[in-house]
Amino acid sequence: MVTTPIQFTLNGVTKSLMCEASASLLDVLRNDLGDTTPKYGCGQGTCGACTVLIDGQPILSCIFLAGRVDARSVETLAGVHDGPNLHPLQVAFMEHFAAQCGFCTPGMILAAKALLEKNAYPNREEVIDAISGNICRCTGYEPIVDAIMSVAERRGSPGDRG
Amino acid sequence: MIDFRKDIFSDERDDNLNEIGKPTQRQDMLGHVTGRTKYFDDHLVANPLHLKAVRSPHHHARIRSIDTSAAERLPGVRCILRGGDVPVNINTLLSLLQFGIDDEPSLAVDKVRYVGEPVAAIIAESEPEALAAVSRVRVEYEPLPAVFDVEEALGSGAPEVNPAYPGNAFIYHEKYNHQRLRFGDVAQGFSIADHVLEERYQMSPIEHAPTETNGCVAAPENDGRYICYTCTQALFFSLDTAAKILDVPSNKLHFVGGTVGGGFGGKVDTLTEPLAVLGAMKTGRAVRYVFNRQEEMQVGSPRGAERIYIKDGVMNDGRIVARQMRVYIDAGAYTRLSSYAGHKCTAHLPGPYTIPHVHTDVYCVYTNRTPSTAMRGFGVTGVDFALEVQMDKLARLLGMDPIEFRLLNAYRDGDMKAHRREAKNCALIECCQVAAEKTNWPIREAFKQMSSRKSGGAQRVESLANPSSILSNTPQASQPLAEEKLAMGAAPSTTQRAAGSALHATVVPSPHTETSRANAVTANDGVGSARFSSIFGKRRR
Repeated sequence: MVTTPIQFTLNGVTKSLMCEASASLLDVLRNDLGDTTPKYGCGQGTCGACTVLIDGQPILSCIFLAGRVDARSVETLAGVHDGPNLHPLQVAFMEHFAAQCGFCTPGMILAAKALLEKNAYPNREEVIDAISGNICRCTGYEPIVDAIMSVAERRGSPGDRG
Repeated sequence: MIDFRKDIFSDERDDNLNEIGKPTQRQDMLGHVTGRTKYFDDHLVANPLHLKAVRSPHHHARIRSIDTSAAERLPGVRCILRGGDVPVNINTLLSLLQFGIDDEPSLAVDKVRYVGEPVAAIIAESEPEALAAVSRVRVEYEPLPAVFDVEEALGSGAPEVNPAYPGNAFIYHEKYNHQRLRFGDVAQGFSIADHVLEERYQMSPIEHAPTETNGCVAAPENDGRYICYTCTQALFFSLDTAAKILDVPSNKLHFVGGTVGGGFGGKVDTLTEPLAVLGAMKTGRAVRYVFNRQEEMQVGSPRGAERIYIKDGVMNDGRIVARQMRVYIDAGAYTRLSSYAGHKCTAHLPGPYTIPHVHTDVYCVYTNRTPSTAMRGFGVTGVDFALEVQMDKLARLLGMDPIEFRLLNAYRDGDMKAHRREAKNCALIECCQVAAEKTNWPIREAFKQMSSRKSGGAQRVESLANPSSILSNTPQASQPLAEEKLAMGAAPSTTQRAAGSALHATVVPSPHTETSRANAVTANDGVGSARFSSIFGKRRR
């Protein structure tokens, strides 16, 4: 079996390992590095449960070859909180009941995080578009959209400082 | 925004409660948003083996031979399981409650009965190696005729799907191939009815499609037990099912679960745990058995499709006087929870309406489809679709408002139900009234004044059954509130007897041998053409 060395940062920490040429990033994160926050939902890149951020972009890790992550920065839900403090998106998801079984939540929060870092004041359609690659079978999506909108709204409009 | 209508039934309620009636946070929400929630596949298990199943490509076939020799030679293969390796290779979930006959093998031995049925299991060092070995297993099948239609399956000459049930129907109380409800005399009801409407409704099987697929990870523990991290919604059912299939005492197993990535009823059948634990027993190592998405869609049990025939007799003033129903639940190849669906369905009929003559038969039928199981109100919610569409059609037939039509026929407290229980704590009337109010759907004042707690009981029911009575205190059906409501549907037609009779003629003949004493689900006394007053309740509790 062909293996290749990779080195990348995972939630700010450098990781180095040998991975199989055919291994997916999802496999490496979950099985080699013990980060079980991205989930297997389909293995086909259609459900979004495996979403991680690579250099700030949402990527479907189940169909992303681990070897391609060399020298890049990867972010999962495990790295979203700020020490003991929750990220505003995590607080908002709690307040808006934006999770039931919770299985889609890691992907949803990362997709939302990527959106808000690119576009701090999205409208509802932009939020819906940002999570359109993440399937939720429980909530009906509205609480999730509400939660994400509330984070943007809490920051105020582009004109404020608050 | 939740609107609590505390004005309704306020005298029945004590409102100084701390939690009831207020939103509260889920105990697992913090885990979900931080990613700390552990699903079955998130637990740290050292170096697991991976199990993948060899599955039938045929709907129905005899197994002539299984040759695993090529698979055994592949690298990474550690163990191959066959039906003969399973200590108790036949089971049904509800045998734990003495309900039903063991009918489903963990691994098929002589026949396969649905596409995807597992025939052998390969356990290997990695999933790709297991899948490679699966593709090298040679199974020789002799395809057999298959049946996919519930009424065809009950007809003479249909292939036998499930040997535990030779007539292709689940047997209730060890004798009857359906559940029945009998109340009053529907023939009499139809004879006095101004209109008869007969319709057929068909549900599809529905796949739960949870984001997390079915699966488990089993491993030997330090104390001689086997631990199993599982997706199951039914932890103790799954533990006891595995104990039965593996022929070990329950205390040999340590099941960890209750955290489900979406269940909806599709994770109650204990599909992976027995073989994973067996693999752990045979290899001395952890074994992971997880459905991929294709297996989840094809092999994971769906909601059972129901075929529902409803024949109603209705008076011009809106009273439903007779309801006759046949329901066929498609269990697929094995029972799982469909037997219970038939039971629940019967208990639910004829819907939340007081009808003086009721006659229902509910069958749980075997076909060569994927075995079906629970899903969100199985046996009830699909039938409600049929019942409520039927109610709308009846209202349209009479030129009556569909909400007013329901209010007229709704249960009141004190009405005798077809199950010979007095209706109590009814609330359909109030639900309809609030729904009409919130959607600005106009209903007439007399209907706004109706109450579940008023005018129920024997007198009302007798007048419902009496062909010559005119209901007092309710406006006549011939004066609809608004012309536009009639325009929404077809002009009211008279009877649809002709179409109904044709349907009726093609229906399956009575497939069971009947005893002279009917066996309605909750009856204490016989049924038949007894006088209304003795059925409806000159009796008091």
